[in-house]
Amino acid sequence: MAAVAVRDVHKRFGAVRALAGVSLEVHEGEFFALLGPNGAGKTTLISALGGLVRADGGSLAVMGHDVTRDFRAARRAVGIVPQEIVFDPFFTVRETLEIQSGYFGLRRNGAWIDQLLERLGLGPKAHANMRSLSGGMKRRVMVAQALVHRPPVIVLDEPTAGVDVELRQALWAFVRSLNAAGHTIVLTTHYLEEAEQLCSRIAMMKEGRVVALDTTARLLAAFSERVLRVKLERGELPAALAAKATHEPSGAWRIPVDDMAQVERALAAMREAGTAVASLEVGEPELEEVFVKIMRQHAA
Amino acid sequence: MSGFPTLLYKEVLRFWKVSFQTVAAPVLTTLLYLLVFAHALAEHVQAFPGVPYLHFLIPGLAMMAMLQNAFANSSSSIIQSKITGNMVFILLPPLSAFEIFAAYLLAAMVRGLTVGLGVFAATLWMVPIPMTHPLWALAFAFVGCGMLGTLGIIAGIWSEKFDQLAAFQNFLVMPLTFLAGVFYSVHSLPGAWQQVSRLNPFFYAIDGFRYGFFGQSDVAPGASLAFAASAFAALSCLALALLRRGYKLRH
Repeated sequence: MAAVAVRDVHKRFGAVRALAGVSLEVHEGEFFALLGPNGAGKTTLISALGGLVRADGGSLAVMGHDVTRDFRAARRAVGIVPQEIVFDPFFTVRETLEIQSGYFGLRRNGAWIDQLLERLGLGPKAHANMRSLSGGMKRRVMVAQALVHRPPVIVLDEPTAGVDVELRQALWAFVRSLNAAGHTIVLTTHYLEEAEQLCSRIAMMKEGRVVALDTTARLLAAFSERVLRVKLERGELPAALAAKATHEPSGAWRIPVDDMAQVERALAAMREAGTAVASLEVGEPELEEVFVKIMRQHAA
Repeated sequence: MSGFPTLLYKEVLRFWKVSFQTVAAPVLTTLLYLLVFAHALAEHVQAFPGVPYLHFLIPGLAMMAMLQNAFANSSSSIIQSKITGNMVFILLPPLSAFEIFAAYLLAAMVRGLTVGLGVFAATLWMVPIPMTHPLWALAFAFVGCGMLGTLGIIAGIWSEKFDQLAAFQNFLVMPLTFLAGVFYSVHSLPGAWQQVSRLNPFFYAIDGFRYGFFGQSDVAPGASLAFAASAFAALSCLALALLRRGYKLRH
């Protein structure tokens, strides 16, 4: 069974087509990234999954439960951390979490709430009013609120936007441990290195459509390459290398290489030609490059 | 287990945490109305035969405060949640439209009834008025608060800005409460205005509530209760329909 099944979902806001026939599946236990530029439809899709937005057409299901026909089971199965920082100023951190638990029909959830408070570093702030917390702390409470009913599927909509390094690392450690414990994670982010490190599969969206959907490894292999960057001190790049090299704005030559043997051969060729190297670096394939290429391919 | 009791608890806690503003202030305002109007008008108005004007005024003012506060509770809670964005925390859990409706409605009724009790607690030791038919009074208190709590839900859902909610409050709720016979008996009005008053559901809530105290009213209490309850039922259907459609909540 798919943890999340989205089939041909359409959504319009007036003249704007937010989702133009999106289909994708997220498997159980997966760490899945949903990437795309602003306005691609990521948040609309997540909102439709949580029932905040009603799709005009198509179907969405969480753990096999349709989000409209079987909304109670679907909503119990998913925990969504919204993108914007929002909070209820009337309550303390602990009250907020107890109330959120209660909305899911969970009355005696104190032990899990204590664990969440501790894991997210909110313990000392448990009795502080929400208003008095910093932005990062409010973000942590929102994560705790989404997890209060222990949903099998966890959706994080840009959880690290504007968040300091410490929280980002703590958050990823926590989310990784949840994934290891069997939770399915869906993540949107603009920090592509985060997606590359964490996610096993990636969907890229643009203008309301999925334009790429594959494992991270295959996307990297298909759209990015290992490169050798060299800055020369004196001499010229040998002709064989110059033919496939490009000149970067930094002044370095960028030479695509398949493996380390090619790196060695390139260096040997330069030595033979009497070319002196000022600096060199081998760059691994990068998701950013994949992203840029795919978005360019689908430029209107 | 349902999330309804928690939403109700949260809505009650929300106003109770600021009870100075949500309960004590309206009680004080009502007492000031009572002091000023009773003093200014006592010589000039004879509403019901044998009932001193001050006595006549108390249930009307209490009901006015109850209606306004029931409306304020649900409407302000919903619009605040919409504007600050924390409505998502209510929309994401498995709460049905009916559970959301019932929780906001009951919390509004609790606030209205609490304010009403506050007004009586503050006045009865100064002006002991009779309560001839307490069950009638209670029935009208419930229906009146229910009607306005529901109207508050509708206003909160419909409004997108505080400005629009204020317009709803000032151009609909205030005129309807003021023109519902709080300060006078509708029999003292010219014929045409009497007829207009009879279209106002708030009038039946106040008139019937007063019957519970004095055993006298402009309209028979059964008819008043039927009219007010019908208005409450119609508004409830509308509020539920809006919530089911997700009107201005689920886009």
